[in-house]
Amino acid sequence: MSIALPEQATSPVAALAPHPDPAPSRGRRFAPGLAAAGVVLLLVAVATVAPRLLTGTDPLAADPFHALEGPSGAHWFGTDQLGRDVFTRVVHGARYSLSIGVISTLLSVLSGGILGLVAGLSPRAVDEVLSRALDVLSAFPEVLLALLFIAFTEPGTPSLIMAIALAFAPRYGRIVRAQTLLVRRSGYVEQAVTFGLSRTRLVWRHILPNVLGPLPILATIGLGSAIVNASALSFLGMGPQPPSPEWGAMLSESRNYLRVAWWAAILPGATLTITVISLTAVGRRLQRRFEGRR
Amino acid sequence: MLKPILRRLGSGAVVLWAAASAAYLALRLAPGDTVDTLVGDGPDTPQIRAQIARDLGLDRPAVVQYVDYLWRLLHGDFGRSYVLQRPVVDIIGSQVWPTVKLTLLATAFSAVIAVGLAIVTAGRARWLRGLVSGIELSIVSAPGFLIGILLLSVFSFQLGWFPVSGDRDASALVLPAVALALPIGGLLSQVIREGLERALDEPFAVTARARGLTRSALLWRHALRHALLPAVTLAGTLIGFLLSAAVIVERVFGRPGLGEVATEAVNNKDIPVVLAVVMLAAAIYVVLSTLADLAYLLIDPRLRKG
Repeated sequence: MSIALPEQATSPVAALAPHPDPAPSRGRRFAPGLAAAGVVLLLVAVATVAPRLLTGTDPLAADPFHALEGPSGAHWFGTDQLGRDVFTRVVHGARYSLSIGVISTLLSVLSGGILGLVAGLSPRAVDEVLSRALDVLSAFPEVLLALLFIAFTEPGTPSLIMAIALAFAPRYGRIVRAQTLLVRRSGYVEQAVTFGLSRTRLVWRHILPNVLGPLPILATIGLGSAIVNASALSFLGMGPQPPSPEWGAMLSESRNYLRVAWWAAILPGATLTITVISLTAVGRRLQRRFEGRR
Repeated sequence: MLKPILRRLGSGAVVLWAAASAAYLALRLAPGDTVDTLVGDGPDTPQIRAQIARDLGLDRPAVVQYVDYLWRLLHGDFGRSYVLQRPVVDIIGSQVWPTVKLTLLATAFSAVIAVGLAIVTAGRARWLRGLVSGIELSIVSAPGFLIGILLLSVFSFQLGWFPVSGDRDASALVLPAVALALPIGGLLSQVIREGLERALDEPFAVTARARGLTRSALLWRHALRHALLPAVTLAGTLIGFLLSAAVIVERVFGRPGLGEVATEAVNNKDIPVVLAVVMLAAAIYVVLSTLADLAYLLIDPRLRKG
């Protein structure tokens, strides 16, 4: 799992970044790290949409005679306890991790965003109630809140998605609320009010665009956390059930064979980590762009 | 000074009350009737059902039940486990110590890692800082269970220095605590390093150096205080992370503790136990982050107004 900072960061966009940026890169230098991150994300995207392009093997094809073999030319990531090709399973697993991450992030941005917007635009009493509700939700550690949700439903992909969405919604809600208040009190909105603009027009033309602008970037950075937390819950057995090649579930299946076959657990985990780092790197770059720092 | 403290305490109490109420609502709205769950596969007659409802007080008005629920929560009564048929408090009480040990040791480790790394690298050569912050970023981004599995693989299976699982002696605690401490230490050290570098640029730092103070004395005695302030703000987030991550790390290392209690209970649909663990975590979060906020008021007088 990854940690995200609370709203104490300077800008609403910075609030979701895993750490404050110590040294913004100067000038338009070619950044090899960023390019690598782009390539990784491209590969993950291809694996999600068309896994057959990257591997011709069946992710579920077991071959007991070649179980727990180390990485080799034939099996790049080795084979697992049933002789399934780990690389193929990692490629096919991208679909689970990414779709769970993307859908749950969209849901939490949407629900949190609407809550935050309503809170920010409402009279003080309503705002107070909604903010307190968000405070209450935020008091529950994310993984535990998701676990609680799953306890009430059946373990599986849909409830995992809902659980992650619920766990992350307060975060976006608070950021959007803070941003809405900021925009609402800004000079240009005050001016617009002075000129007698109708409330509807004010909200749609002036407040919404400025509040929603940073959201896609926030979502990119938040996507990494969503993916990590989803795979953590899968690791606990709350997500896609075996033999689905979800990354977290693969790690959990292979944990018992760690003594003889480190690759079957470590390589899926490493893929997950590299994907998340790439998302964070690209998200931060976008964020810097957005804030006018290059 | 008193007003902001009272206000902070009050809002903490409100959050706890609302969390308890939400938990109560969840319990009532849970799919599957409580009586159904308790009857299970046993004999099912209207008499038995009525008996169970009476025993649990389910035949009383909802408001009375709610007040009773809050009253019992205040006295530490979280109800009975559906599955184990024991008071939830006993189940949690017997498993809380391993988790407390783990999180306390992890907190100590992460403080050492964070301060150590930050002091060693602050204001040093660009490549060194780049390298260290790259490693920190990877650790912070990596899933907790992967760090745990890597540590297990290297130090338990390859080198055989630490036991693979369980909680028999102190050595079994080291790897889980390190797995938990690494991401927190990585994040904190970034914040502290930034604070140290900012402090080193201040005029007072230059003056101190000009008067002949050594670099390390300056760092430890003067700059570190300034650098620790922003770290205190992070306390709330880090506590939430610590509690979440502990559940997962415990499972990776096959340790007893609240993580095992929670995951077992989720799998068995033992709602009272899950609720109790989650409420406990929320309570710990609220209490500790309130304390952190109060500490901040003590440290930084500028915040005392308003």
